[in-house]
Amino acid sequence: MRSDVFYIIIGMALVTYFTRIGALALFRFTGVPTWLNRWLKYVPVAILTALIIPSLLLPKGYLDISLNNHYLIAGIVAAFVAYRSRNIIATLGIGMSIMFVLKLF
Amino acid sequence: MQLSNLISSKNELVEEVWVALRECTPVVLGVVPFGITCGIMGLTARMSGIETISMSVIVFAGASQFIGITMLGSGITGWGILILTTLLVNLRHLIMGSSLAPYMLELPFPLQALLAFLLTDETYALTISRIHKARYSALYQLTVSTMLYLVWILSTVAGVVLGGYISDPLTWGLDFAMPATFLVLLIPLLADRISLIVFSAAAGVAVLSALYLPGKWYIIIACLTASIIGGLLEGAREHA
Repeated sequence: MRSDVFYIIIGMALVTYFTRIGALALFRFTGVPTWLNRWLKYVPVAILTALIIPSLLLPKGYLDISLNNHYLIAGIVAAFVAYRSRNIIATLGIGMSIMFVLKLF
Repeated sequence: MQLSNLISSKNELVEEVWVALRECTPVVLGVVPFGITCGIMGLTARMSGIETISMSVIVFAGASQFIGITMLGSGITGWGILILTTLLVNLRHLIMGSSLAPYMLELPFPLQALLAFLLTDETYALTISRIHKARYSALYQLTVSTMLYLVWILSTVAGVVLGGYISDPLTWGLDFAMPATFLVLLIPLLADRISLIVFSAAAGVAVLSALYLPGKWYIIIACLTASIIGGLLEGAREHA
């Protein structure tokens, strides 16, 4: 294993563990402050969006809103399937199949 | 009397494990494609199998592993930026931890420490629903966490093995698995007006900063901007 990657993995593990045990220690007597709770509440939506949207709209690093952008087309279909089914396997299966078919043509 | 107590409590323990196994099965099965994707993504990011698998063993946090691997793959190897991103992604565990703290603080410390290491969104959701349905059970939480942990590691290994047979996973569009899996997590969260505003803000800021800023800074900038907007709107709504 490369040592720089090793240190990154160790760092990620430590910081993740801190977030998991931190609350038990930190908010033991006080509870989570309201302002922090409000902010943290929307972190999952914000970060997931920030990951998904650019990978669909800029798959090659530039803005590509066209029928040639397979990621965008498969992404729209996958979003629809995810909305209707809430099912990871269905969404992944249909999304990847569309991706595969688009790559063939 | 004591013996019958012992037998009945032993039966209760077995029953609790059984309920936990039954209730966590769909969630555990849902984790398998994520784990396989994680293994394949590790290879596409030119990480070795050992590196990818040990990340699953010692970090055990799906979303931050995906992000970490993606950043490593695009040449971002700065320790600070990766660790900061991981911290931001996992900050939500602080909330889940504080919500479970009243129950977990009753437990012996080594058990607290172990359950904290294994705490994930899935375990949190199942444990909280168990509390609502019956009562808090450390054994239930431990069973669910352990199943998720083992399946996460095994499916990462499967992904690494599978990915090795595909010459260049990117040409098959396998990198699409990441946004597709995140979509399934995101869409149920978009249930109210503020979440939709946060979504729009994050999407707009992410696209703009991805166009004009180097590397993956757009993730942090979009996340900070959009989640602070969400927090402010939430505050305004509460005061209204």
